Amino acid sequence: MLALIRKDLQIEFRTKETLAALLLLGLLTLVVLSFAFDPTSELRGEAAPGALWVAVIFAGVLGLNRSFLAERENDCLQGLLLCPVDRGSIYLAKVASNFLFMLVAQFVIVPICIFFFNLPVTLGLGGVFLSLVLGLLGFAAIGTLFAAIAVRTRAREVMLPLLLLPLAVPVFIAGVKVTAQMLVGKPLADVAPWLNLMLGFDLIFLVVGWLVFEYAVEE
Amino acid sequence: MRKLADVILPPVTLAAMLSAIYMVFVYVPTDKVQGIVQRIFYFHVPLAIMAFVAFGTVAVASVMFLWRGTRTWDRVAHAAAEVGMLFCTLVLITGPIWARPVWGTWWTWDARLTTTLILWLIYAAYLMLRSTSGPGDQGARYAAVLGIVGAVDIPIINRSVYWWRTIHPAVLVTREGSSGLADPRMQSTLGICFLAFFLLFLWLLWVRNENMRLGDEVEALRQQALGQA
Repeated sequence: MLALIRKDLQIEFRTKETLAALLLLGLLTLVVLSFAFDPTSELRGEAAPGALWVAVIFAGVLGLNRSFLAERENDCLQGLLLCPVDRGSIYLAKVASNFLFMLVAQFVIVPICIFFFNLPVTLGLGGVFLSLVLGLLGFAAIGTLFAAIAVRTRAREVMLPLLLLPLAVPVFIAGVKVTAQMLVGKPLADVAPWLNLMLGFDLIFLVVGWLVFEYAVEE
Repeated sequence: MRKLADVILPPVTLAAMLSAIYMVFVYVPTDKVQGIVQRIFYFHVPLAIMAFVAFGTVAVASVMFLWRGTRTWDRVAHAAAEVGMLFCTLVLITGPIWARPVWGTWWTWDARLTTTLILWLIYAAYLMLRSTSGPGDQGARYAAVLGIVGAVDIPIINRSVYWWRTIHPAVLVTREGSSGLADPRMQSTLGICFLAFFLLFLWLLWVRNENMRLGDEVEALRQQALGQA
């Protein structure tokens, strides 16, 4: 399983394709959303958590799509499936690498968001980071499962967001809520229910994904 | 079973539906507070419950399909998703018609409304997945995966949007006030409506299922004929 993660990281390290795409799309989303709000308005700061999470989710969908499109080229997925490891391990390895890519992208997307939306720099960054870790883990857990399915359908790139976005609604709502609370300087204890919700989401869908992944990749 | 469904179910459903319509439009007294528009409630609520029943059926049939791998369960899941989608759409249409005069707005981001809308989106994606994935077993397995994940996700979605905000009338028959059904005639009307929509659900499920079974049979026969020729 570690070898599988290393394989993905190595490919990424050499091409930097996914990460570059993630960062640019995240950046573009933030820029486009900046146009949606009046730059002089007081409400701008309140829109920041939503804008951040939209950028995170959109960039994430793109990254997830790439992770299986790459496996499709030269039938790499076939090769993976022929390996003497069970499907569950392949799934967990894929989740781990997707999660890492998305998380790394946040180290750029979050500062850009702070920069564009003129947010107080240090306020509650720990809590925001925690919500991103929990949110992205759950997002990677269902995203990996459905990315494997979406690449095999005729609609491919369109199919993944259609499948993923409604299912990821709890992550999105919880992420926005936690980020918003953190930015106004609330203590972490205030958002504990949301963090628990995300943790529950992560655990449930890691288990469900691990169980049903074999049906999603079988020929 | 087949005879029962084909011969008995249609006339019984028709009778129940006609009496439901009669009761809703003629028999039941008009709500004092909400006025005539409250009558839509007798269709709205049973439709919503039956949509949930349909999506529950999808989940159960999906699990059974992945476990047993028989085409029968796959057909049930597919048919239930289609019927559930129809009912869910009607819920989303009847709801705003009622909400406009009573709440003063077509739509609000209340927990139940939001959950229903997201449910609709999930099963729209489900039907889309069915139509874009290849024929045969593969598409069926993908759909089953979504059917299961969707069903697991619904309580979490509901929890998250509930914490987010809520104003939907939360009660059926308890408490006084505009949403409570004080009059026994209202309760009996709602009961008959439940029955009518439950029968309609069963019947549509059956018809669609038979339809797909015949489609499979025709396909098998054609393969056979092509093989011989």
